[in-house]
Amino acid sequence: MSTPAASAGPAVRAVQPAPAPAAQPPAAMPATAAMPARDRDLAAAAPYLADWEAFRRELPPDEPAALVALRRAAIERFAVLGFPTTRQEEWRFTSLAPLAREVFQRAPSPAPSPRPGPAYLAPWIFEAAARLVFVDGRFAPELSTGDGTVLAPDAPASPGAPGILVASLADALAREPRRLESHLGRHTPFQDRPFVALNTAFLRDGAVVLAPRGAVVERPIHLLYLSTAGAAPMVSYPRNLIVAGEGSQLTVVETYVGEGVYFSCGVTELIAGAGAVVDHYKVQRESREAYHLATLQVHGERDSAISSHSVSLGGSLVRNDVNALLDGEGISCILNGLYLAEDRQVVDNHMRVEHAKPHCASHELYKGILDGKARSVFNGLIHVHPGAQKTDAKQSNRNLLLSADAIANSNPRLEIFADDVKCTHGSTVGQLDDDAVFYLRSRGIGEAAARSLLTYAFASDVLARIKVEPVRRDLEEFLFARLPQGDVVRQAV
Amino acid sequence: MLQIKNLHAAVEGKEILRGIDLDVKAGEVHAIMGPNGSGKSTLARVLAGQESYEVTAGEVLFQGKDLLDMDPEERAREGVFMAFQYPVEIPGVSNTYFLKAALNALRKHRGLPELDAVDFLKLVRRKMQLVQMDESLLNRPVNEGFSGGEKKRNEIFHMAVLEPRLAVLDETDSGLDIDALRIVAAGVNGLRQDDRAFLLITHYQRLLNYIVPDHVHVLVDGRIVRSGGKELALELEEKGYAWLEDLARQLATTEQPAAAPLATTAATGA
Repeated sequence: MSTPAASAGPAVRAVQPAPAPAAQPPAAMPATAAMPARDRDLAAAAPYLADWEAFRRELPPDEPAALVALRRAAIERFAVLGFPTTRQEEWRFTSLAPLAREVFQRAPSPAPSPRPGPAYLAPWIFEAAARLVFVDGRFAPELSTGDGTVLAPDAPASPGAPGILVASLADALAREPRRLESHLGRHTPFQDRPFVALNTAFLRDGAVVLAPRGAVVERPIHLLYLSTAGAAPMVSYPRNLIVAGEGSQLTVVETYVGEGVYFSCGVTELIAGAGAVVDHYKVQRESREAYHLATLQVHGERDSAISSHSVSLGGSLVRNDVNALLDGEGISCILNGLYLAEDRQVVDNHMRVEHAKPHCASHELYKGILDGKARSVFNGLIHVHPGAQKTDAKQSNRNLLLSADAIANSNPRLEIFADDVKCTHGSTVGQLDDDAVFYLRSRGIGEAAARSLLTYAFASDVLARIKVEPVRRDLEEFLFARLPQGDVVRQAV
Repeated sequence: MLQIKNLHAAVEGKEILRGIDLDVKAGEVHAIMGPNGSGKSTLARVLAGQESYEVTAGEVLFQGKDLLDMDPEERAREGVFMAFQYPVEIPGVSNTYFLKAALNALRKHRGLPELDAVDFLKLVRRKMQLVQMDESLLNRPVNEGFSGGEKKRNEIFHMAVLEPRLAVLDETDSGLDIDALRIVAAGVNGLRQDDRAFLLITHYQRLLNYIVPDHVHVLVDGRIVRSGGKELALELEEKGYAWLEDLARQLATTEQPAAAPLATTAATGA
């Protein structure tokens, strides 16, 4: 399919083991003496700091002290970090200058009106156990189903099996903040991550999915984030907390869509308890003028089986950070992704998988299809802690370039501090295989259709791993619509 | 049906075909034999239209039309089929649906209505028997995970469904065990008819025990050095290619230098 162009096989680099992410750092931040000022764009941060002062005054007065302290610590940290510049290794290929030039407003509180009607939602929804809809980052109960209720477990469940609580974060914080305290913000450090800090500082609304021990709901829980084109570009800070208790099973689909220029700055925390089975999907179909910078933080406990699929199709400037800490033995963690970019779209996927305990498997497959002058970044780190023996880690990033002007940066990395592990990584950047194009043409398929068929074929293994059928179908339809002669492809698959 | 006149072709600047003349009539089976590197597969790919091969001289007429002027897909739609030596795997694209898209592209070109799913499946079931294809291979992605023999059988199956006027089989026999070879040969024999011609490209005589050709041509250093009936294949089996390679060298050195200087240099250097 594509020609190998980058590294394959293990490469080990000696570095200091990273401290295990745990509780949030104290409110008083150490000065970042090591970070020179030119690595940070503090001016870009100023409007957000000013807005935070206004935001703070809008909050309910009776919030738990821990939450108040968390937000304050986060904004203080963001004030220090500012916007990262391309001088920082983590942002080397992704310039935030276009984002820094825009001025955004938070959605008015309460939520804006008039709101989009159900007809507007139609293309994005599917049969789900519950669906929470957010407009410009604020929960829209009239568009949602199953919120604030406990989802009945799937039959056949053992008598008395518990259900799953699905609620908006704002409601859950108002009603039972104590129940969230043990998880909210606990697993997602923001010390070195300015946009996690920013999201945490503005933490207010989003989705909460809490599955108590043994709860099983197989139908997907859908979180749909709509951004609207208002008088001025909007910014939203979606915050999702998904906690799968011991032995529970659930599926969550996050979808991001919108119109016009806006900034979506999200964080999803996913905690999989012992033996829990969690399937997570993120479908990023933001508007082509949108900025989407989001982090998925996965915390796995022993014997959990976690999968997360990231589909990135929209946006002007997109950064997806996926961080997984495998903090128990016997965890299986699958992280797959598919990104399509054209014109001048920029999509950056940063992955960090930490094997902290022995006998865990992590498998990553990320594939990108780039056309026009699009650019992609894949930066994937597998970090194996001392003592994490029998780690089985695989990481693969493959990129298909459909134009001469598209650029794919791929940087898979391994840091291994255990001696009995199986770790592989590899990346490829290539074009469609001429022989394969010829093969299809020799059967009577036109050149454009042949190229489209092979492009589809390139994406097909990631597509096939998407178990939620409406999500997979939607993605296929997107491909058929995007690819030249897509009708031929539709008929041939 | 197919007339090849003084065909010269090069790949990456290196001349491989140095003046091929061949006349194939409807209903005939021609075998093109020759040692490795003689240009057999190049001939097949030039006929199918692979763009990395550059035709430097000569012409090819197919049913009176200039074949070399057509894109590969146009050639297929006009009725040329090539069974690949190394069929390509296409993950995610179903063998059946792909074939339906291909067949309908051909039918559209010929002004025929597209086949619907029911009629297509009827056709497919009939053709499957011809090559004893396992039904499971129909629903799998094109060639993905197929064994070598299954891939070759799938090529013949594609040919059976697409019903070409001219079928070029590029070393379809190579790598097949005797059972698979028999099945492939039976498939080809089942498709022989008055208005269809075959060009069998092969290194070995073995295939010709099962598909009896009307004509046998021996290609050496990009030229047909000898043509004959089916008995020529047996003679080659007995004597090997060496005597013909010697003959080719003699031919090359006695030629007018102006006519083929490239050939002379390469042949004496060999």
